[in-house]
Amino acid sequence: MAVGAASLGGLDTFPKLLLENARIRGGRPASREKDLGIWQTWTWADVAGEVRAFALGLKSIGVERGDTVCVCGDNRPHLYWAMTAVQAVGGIPVPVYQDSVADEMHYIYEHAEAKYAVVENQEQVDKLLEIKGRLPKLSKIVYRYPRGMLHYDQDFLDSYADVQVLGRQYDQQHPDFFEKSVNQGIGTDTCTMLYTSGTTGRPKGVILSFSNMIDTAQNNIDLEKLTDHDEILAYLPMAWIGDNIFSIAQSYVSGYCVSCPENSDTVLDDLREIGPSYFFAPPRIFENILTTAMIRIEDAASIKQWMFRYFMDVAKRVGLDILDRKPVSFTDRLLYGLGNILVYAPLKNVFGLSKIHLAYTGGVAIGPDIFIFYRSLGINLKQIYASTEASVFITIQRDGEVNPDTSGKPAIGVDVRIEDDGEVMFNGPGVFQSYFKNEEATHKTKTDDGWVHTGDAGYFDENGDLRIIDRSKDVGKLTDGAMFAPNFIENKLKFFPHIKEAVTFGDQRDHVTAFINIDLESVGNWAERKNIAYSGYTDLAGQPEVYKLIKECVEQVNRDLAEDSNLSSSQIHRFLILHKELDADDGELTRTRKVRRNIVSEKYGELIEALFSDKTVCPVEAVVTFEDGRTDTIKADVVISDAKTLSPASSAIAAE
Amino acid sequence: MADHRKIGDVLLNVEGISLSFGGVKALNNISFDVREGEVRAIIGPNGAGKSSMLNCINGFYHPQEGQITFKGETRKQMQTHKAAAQGIARTFQNIALFKGMSTLDNIMTGRNLKMKQNFIMQALYFGPARREEMEHRKVVEDVIDFLEIESIRKTPVGRLPYGLQKRVELGRALAAEPDLLLLDEPMAGMNHEEKEDMCRYILDVNDQFGTTIVLIEHDMSVVMDISDRVVVLDYGKMLADGVPDEVRANQDVIDAYLGVTHE
Repeated sequence: MAVGAASLGGLDTFPKLLLENARIRGGRPASREKDLGIWQTWTWADVAGEVRAFALGLKSIGVERGDTVCVCGDNRPHLYWAMTAVQAVGGIPVPVYQDSVADEMHYIYEHAEAKYAVVENQEQVDKLLEIKGRLPKLSKIVYRYPRGMLHYDQDFLDSYADVQVLGRQYDQQHPDFFEKSVNQGIGTDTCTMLYTSGTTGRPKGVILSFSNMIDTAQNNIDLEKLTDHDEILAYLPMAWIGDNIFSIAQSYVSGYCVSCPENSDTVLDDLREIGPSYFFAPPRIFENILTTAMIRIEDAASIKQWMFRYFMDVAKRVGLDILDRKPVSFTDRLLYGLGNILVYAPLKNVFGLSKIHLAYTGGVAIGPDIFIFYRSLGINLKQIYASTEASVFITIQRDGEVNPDTSGKPAIGVDVRIEDDGEVMFNGPGVFQSYFKNEEATHKTKTDDGWVHTGDAGYFDENGDLRIIDRSKDVGKLTDGAMFAPNFIENKLKFFPHIKEAVTFGDQRDHVTAFINIDLESVGNWAERKNIAYSGYTDLAGQPEVYKLIKECVEQVNRDLAEDSNLSSSQIHRFLILHKELDADDGELTRTRKVRRNIVSEKYGELIEALFSDKTVCPVEAVVTFEDGRTDTIKADVVISDAKTLSPASSAIAAE
Repeated sequence: MADHRKIGDVLLNVEGISLSFGGVKALNNISFDVREGEVRAIIGPNGAGKSSMLNCINGFYHPQEGQITFKGETRKQMQTHKAAAQGIARTFQNIALFKGMSTLDNIMTGRNLKMKQNFIMQALYFGPARREEMEHRKVVEDVIDFLEIESIRKTPVGRLPYGLQKRVELGRALAAEPDLLLLDEPMAGMNHEEKEDMCRYILDVNDQFGTTIVLIEHDMSVVMDISDRVVVLDYGKMLADGVPDEVRANQDVIDAYLGVTHE
């Protein structure tokens, strides 16, 4: 397969690509941000100027080649530019999750040996000031928004604008420094270092080179035919690999415009205003959009409800075939066309997805109903199997060959093989260089010839599509010897809109049990319609009606599981609804919202024991951590409920 | 962090104010002053006369006795519209927003006094009226940014939760760019987190814009944390006036709030 960098003619780093974009499409939009209610646009030429000024500013406050600079904040054009600026002077940008608590930040700053930090606002500066005493190497903090910082007079603080002023002065004295510095960079240099959230242990710093990013971006652009007329909304954390590919690498390579939302609460409004043509969202976002729409439909006039139901049935029947360009009868085409005018197009417009020609989802499994819903509306939503260590793409569903249960075929240039023990391994242009200062983990994960262990168990189906079963290390055995795949069962539970998170237990046990987190919005709305009063999450989670509701979901899952002879033993015998939501601030989830199993089982040991006993109530106390680091305890009596299970491959109901 | 604010001269002086409704004496010979740039609190139990005092300051009630000096101008009675034109803005204990209008429009009404064009020009949205609207919109957007309410810009305020409505009301008062901001129980009915947010906004307003703030509050702990000086009222009488620590130690205040606890 063609490898990107070669075809880009020596444009092997982001700063070089930026200068090229400024040259060939200088007048086209590159970045957008909504400021004071109005979308502001910067062209590629503008961005090149901003990056140049900031890069030279960094140079004049002391950034040298090889220095690490942490970048932290919401998605802001200025922070993206800062990353390129750091690269332009030979530094290594390390984006950090903006919602990390001070201690997590401390670990990353210390491990990455960060000398400089570029952050968004007072909130981030305050977090750094708290830990700065323990970070002897950190010498300067640059902040973008001066609001609230009038009286911060520490001399290691500089505003973004001031650094740019210094940069412009430096430019006058050294007019050819910038070009020289950019040209010193080559494709094999470290592009960025991303700390993986890690479901076990401390985060690891994944080193990715410019070639990793650019080649991967280019291969995907070729596959999906992305151009500089595409539009994307950058709203997922900058510290996440996906954002680095979608909002930086692919934008630089193909020249499309990246828009940043006004703030994290306005994403859905901004989505509608921007109308991106290329979009990535984890399944939970697609679920949220759908849930919001369904709630509104419930409140609509009956004729509208009828119209919605009728045409959604039509879409369900023929929409997928139309999207996949398969033959469909003339009447159905006509009906679908009418539906498009009356329902689908207005609906997509409300979602902000009217102009979408490519949407990806991944990270965790998406519910088949949700997936099919979007596709039947004509939105080309596809699943990818991705990893930080692969610079995102391992497998991608191909146009016209989308099977909801699979993750698709290997991405261009990527080789995937299945080990004897079922583990998925991959090799390709995006394979990471190493883990920073962690030789041992690097060797454990990556073989000498570049194959990477994913830790996931999977297999290729008859069409050559990859199916992922579960994390290999999570797959366990019940005492009767049957396989127990926790993620698989949890995903089935999470497909219900009422269930936000689920954790199942069963390894080395007689049967399977589950912790459930309800979805406050969805269940809350349901409770309102049923006139059930509640004061908050803990109260709602304990309501007997809610238990009944969740029990129905659990039993539905049991029915599904009973049909599969391999998994019929994995039916859920008992469950409880947790009294608090699992939260990344309490260490229970990673920053990308994956459950940390070991921490959850440690923390809620009592509850797990209660699940496997015959108790019906278990008193608990839980410590919650607020974002500013303070803690509080929640006390509650958690009710444990039984669920009906079925005997394998028959519909007879086994008594519990 | 050290206090960098400058407390200036007396901005508002209240002298010997008495107000009665029929036989009920709501305020009895109250005197205190407010200095430029400070956060001044008026506290007291229910029915102490706190809101009546604010209503006198912005001219809604006319006290029978006493006089009020604002920015060096003394008068016996303030007029509401003059008070507003002179730079006094306020919020209300029971939210007084236009429920059917969006957050943006509600805050825009705070600019009303500063609009010079007549309503025909405004309706035509032409030339100078258009320019004017844009200038005012900019101020309003600054307020929206300051209070971090971008996500509800276009939501009708009637649909917002109580804590956010309070914030919108503060926004409307701020849009008038006041010299003196009167806040009537800005934190009443809020949960702990909302209270903390509100405190932060009040302190930020005071700090960044140098706005002088008079606030009424029920919650003693909040008041003591954020105000520079505190006036305590009880049954229309003044019990104490001083910095929070003094007031906290004052036996009359303790008695008024907790009842006479000593046996």
